[in-house]
Parts: sequence; structure tokens; C-alpha cells
Amino acid sequence: MKSVFVYCEVENQKVAEISQELLSAGKRLAQKLGCPLEAMIFGKDLSEIKSQIAPYGVDKLFVADDERLEPYRTLPHAALANEILKKEDPQIVLFGATSIGRDLAPRIASVLNCGLTADCTILDIGDHFVKKEKKEYKDLLYAIRPAFGGSIMANIINWDMHPQMATVREGVMKKEIFDDSYVTEVVNIKVDEIVKEEDFVVKIIERHIEDSGVNLKEAPIIVAGGYGVGSKENFQHLQDLADLLGGEVGGSRAAVDAGFIDHNRQIGQTGTTVRPKLYIAAGISGAIQHRAGMQDASLIISINNDPEAPINKIADYVINGDLGEVVPKMIKYYKKNAK
Amino acid sequence: MRPLKIVVLAKQVPQTRNVGADAMTPDGTVNRSKLSTIFNPDDLHALELALNIKDRVKGTEVIILTMGPKRAADIIREGYYRGADKGIMISDMRFGGADTLATSYTLVKGIQKLAPFDLILGGRQAIDGDTAQVGPQCADKLKIPQVTYVEEIIEIKDKEIIVRRRLEKGVETVSSPFPCLMTVHGSSKACRSRHAKKVMKYKYARTKTELKSKNTEEVLLSLHEKRPYLTIPEWNVEDIEADVDKIGLSGSPTKVKSVESIVLTAKEAKKLDGTDADIEMMIKELIEQHTIG
Repeated sequence: MKSVFVYCEVENQKVAEISQELLSAGKRLAQKLGCPLEAMIFGKDLSEIKSQIAPYGVDKLFVADDERLEPYRTLPHAALANEILKKEDPQIVLFGATSIGRDLAPRIASVLNCGLTADCTILDIGDHFVKKEKKEYKDLLYAIRPAFGGSIMANIINWDMHPQMATVREGVMKKEIFDDSYVTEVVNIKVDEIVKEEDFVVKIIERHIEDSGVNLKEAPIIVAGGYGVGSKENFQHLQDLADLLGGEVGGSRAAVDAGFIDHNRQIGQTGTTVRPKLYIAAGISGAIQHRAGMQDASLIISINNDPEAPINKIADYVINGDLGEVVPKMIKYYKKNAK
Repeated sequence: MRPLKIVVLAKQVPQTRNVGADAMTPDGTVNRSKLSTIFNPDDLHALELALNIKDRVKGTEVIILTMGPKRAADIIREGYYRGADKGIMISDMRFGGADTLATSYTLVKGIQKLAPFDLILGGRQAIDGDTAQVGPQCADKLKIPQVTYVEEIIEIKDKEIIVRRRLEKGVETVSSPFPCLMTVHGSSKACRSRHAKKVMKYKYARTKTELKSKNTEEVLLSLHEKRPYLTIPEWNVEDIEADVDKIGLSGSPTKVKSVESIVLTAKEAKKLDGTDADIEMMIKELIEQHTIG
């Protein structure tokens, strides 16, 4: 059956944020294709889980409810997903680009012998003419992502080996309720018929999940630094400004790689995608991977001593200067003028 | 503890961090010859993890396996300098253009030639694509369990290994029986540096293809005759008995339909010079708009 499929992550009876975003993105694709949206969810105590998923416009939901399925382990989840996908034969399958999705999706792509595009920032539907076959393929998934040092956007397609699979980072797709009273058919999976004892050979001995306390996605103001900040010590100025404005500090990948800032504060395609009302980019040149994660900010200020930095092109204020001088001035004049 | 046999998957990648203006040709394609290459950073972490096991378990063998063009032999030499016991190149024009599916198929055909093994290690992901797919795909094709994002080894036993994984929001300690495949996270211990004696021993290590180059001196050839360990084994499509439909471009389901260079159309930005007057004006405007304050 032609359909769009979403693998949903769940922990403690709560459907993950990323999965809700994917269901929304999946629904938009399904509407373009005029086909159903399907989903699968594996975990424990899921008898009420439908209510969290149906409003996104899911037509059919596959539920595998078994104590051994939570926390996530690769082999049992892969066995279930493979079985369902082989039977349902969907056209498109979406996974979150999370610790779980990035572990599971490639394993499934290998079994189904199909293509998988990582960290997409745009998903769309379109056609493709294959010259060699003189044939036009209709309604393919366009999996679009920045590539190669960020200088290009690549549209990745797959016309001959189905399904077409993609992963998307959290925060990239917009979450939207489709219909609060949408009717979803639930299929309960008989876990023991699919998962074998040897699928549980990897054992979880201990688990510590901590909330890192960093919530870039919700921050109204973000002060982000790049490689140009120069040192961990200089990042303190950005922290001071963020504290004063009631915001959070973030960093580009280059700043994270240089050890100036922790990786859980990375903004961009392979970090967090943010949409704050104010984004201050200090010493960030603005490779496309970074811009992909912040370009929807309502207002952007760029502080850079390179007037040609790409980020200046999307900024509302471009301050050409040394951030070691500019940031303290911003602090000074904010203190002076704020009520 | 019995000695283990470990295969480390490593990739040579373009240094994408500092891409210069000449990295793109005028028609928007990538000019690979203008890019310097490096040992993929996460793969170096995987090599360290393997060498760490070798330190702990006497007699353990570390084999480094790479697929790539001729110049990827640098990866093998680098592996030798840091302590690998053996290196193998999978190299053939026909492997070119492979996506992750075709790459994992090819690597697995190579790994199977090295069987039996206890552990396959690789970096979590390569910096030229960040896909993190090849590890799990290899594990599936080998029909063995996978443990991704490994940060540290806790314990090695005869039949199983216990490791700590680094997840987005925490850590997890898991055990897996041998054989298994593990991908190594960049938060694990950095790779030890080159060992001077090993650099001396292996600096003339070459693949046959490298030796065939016109500039190869006679002495190097005779050195390789005297010291066969200097010749890096090189496997082509036939050597690993790969199905040509499953390798390279034809074995790759994902295709690039189009690439677009990003042309930014400048917004109406206010350009300021960082003077006190400029900054104060901007701050006042932001307060008035209720963006801050």
C-alpha cells in the first residue's frame, strides 16, 4: 500500500517530541501524495498511547507493548520494524535523527536494501526523469540536506529501491495538530511471534538519563558564539550577555569542536534547531549547516570582524567589529537603558 | 583472558572544516583534489579503543580496514604508526560513488575474508557526511549485535564485553556477547600519538599500486622484497568476491538529483560600526520593539 510511515519513540508513556514533529511532517507528505499516514510505536504500558498520536492525522497505528521493549534496544525494535515494514510496504519511512533513530534506521535500511538520507532539513514530493531508462518517476521523496562543508544543498532521491527513508533532527519540522478527533485504527502486534529470545542478547546493566538543563529550543533569546570567539574564557562574555537578557548561550560546530562550549549547546543541522525572537551570532561565519539551525529567528544580530561573513546576509543588524569590545558595550548600554 | 581479533573500520575524509573558495568548481561541483585529507576523527577514537583492548588483553590483534582510492593508504600507515598490527586496503575504481548501503556491503565482504573475528570497531560517523549509518548496516549484514556511541570499556570477559554508551541525554552501560560491532563516540579517549619506533618501522609501507608508480626507487622495491610486512595488502572486487551490482554507484539506492549552491540574497540589514553611539542606538531600538528588556 502506498503510505507514509513514522517510527515513534516513546519513554514512560510519553511520545517523544521529535516523533510528534515527524508525524506532522509525515502528514503533510501524505496529503501531497493523497495516501494514508501510518505509525509504529514499541514500548511498555502503551494501552493509552493512541490519544497522543491520533491527533496528528494517523490512519493506522502499530503498537507493540512489552516490558522488554523499553528502554530501547536495537535488535528487538529492528525485528518488529522490519516485519511491519515488509508487510505494509510503505513508500516513505521517517525516523528521528536521535540516538535511537540513528541506531535503528540504518539497520533497517540494510535489511530492506533501501536508501536512507540523514539529517534532512526539507522533505518534499516531486518527480524525476531518469535519462538512462527514458522514464519519469512520479511522486518521489525529495530528501534535501546541506552537504559538503555547507556550501551546497543536495536533493537526494531514490527511485528504484523502496521504501525511501530519511532521518530528521529534532526541532527542524514544525509540530502541528491535524485533527483532535481523528480516527486511528490500532493494530496490536504479537511481540512473541516476531521477536526471538536471541534478540535480547544485548543487556542494559545501568542507565542514567539526565536532563542536561539546557533548553535552547525554548529560549527566547540566544547568544551564540563561533570559532571567532577564540577561547573558552571569551565565551564568558557571551554568557554574561545571555544571563543579562534572560537567554541561553549556544555555539557553532566549530566552537564546539574547538572545546569552547559543550556539545549539547551546538546549534545547527547536526545540533539543535532554534527559532528564538532574538539570535545574536558572535564570531560565527555562518556555514549553511549553522544557518539551517537558526535562520528562522525573528531577529538576527551578527557581530563579526569579517564584513563578508555569510551570516551577515541573513542578519538584521550587522556589527562590524571586534566582539571583545562590542559585547561589553551591549551589556553596558542595556543596563543603562532597560527599565 | 583469550586474545581477541579486532577489525577497525577507518575512512579517509576530506578536511571539510576549512573549505577554501577553490573547493568548488565554477559549475558547483566539489573539487576534491583541492581538499586536504585526514583520518576521520571518530575512527581515530575507534582505533584507540582497539589499542586499549590490546593493552589489556595480551595477544590481541588489531587490523585496520579501509575502503578508498589509492591515497587512502595514508590511513593504513597512520594506523601502523599508532600501533595497529595489520592494515588492509579495499580499493578498486568500481567501488567509487558508493553510498552507505553499498559501502557497508563492500566492507562486510572484506570483513568476512578476515573471519573469524571478535569485535568490529568504527567511528560513530564520518565528518564528510555525518550519517552514522555504515556501522549499523555492517552489523546487520554480519548478523551480529551492534552497540553504538561507545565511550568507554568497562570490562572484557571471555564471551562478552561491557561498555558505557553516550546517549543524547545520558549514559547507558550495556553488555554484548562476542562477536559484535561497536561504533565509538567522539567523547571517548583521544587516540595515542604516533610511536617513533613504529614510524621508523613502517614509513616505507606501500600498497602494490603505490609501488607501481613511475617514481618508485629501486631501493624501495628491494626493501619490500626483504620485508614483506611493508607491502600493504590491497583487495579489489574479485578479491572480496563482491557482486558488482551491489557496489559503487549501481549498488547505491540514494542518488543526488541536484545540488544547489546557496546564494544568499542580502536582507536590508542595518550596518553598524561598533561605536558606542551605534550600539546604544541598537539596544534602544530592541528595547522599544520589546525584543529585549
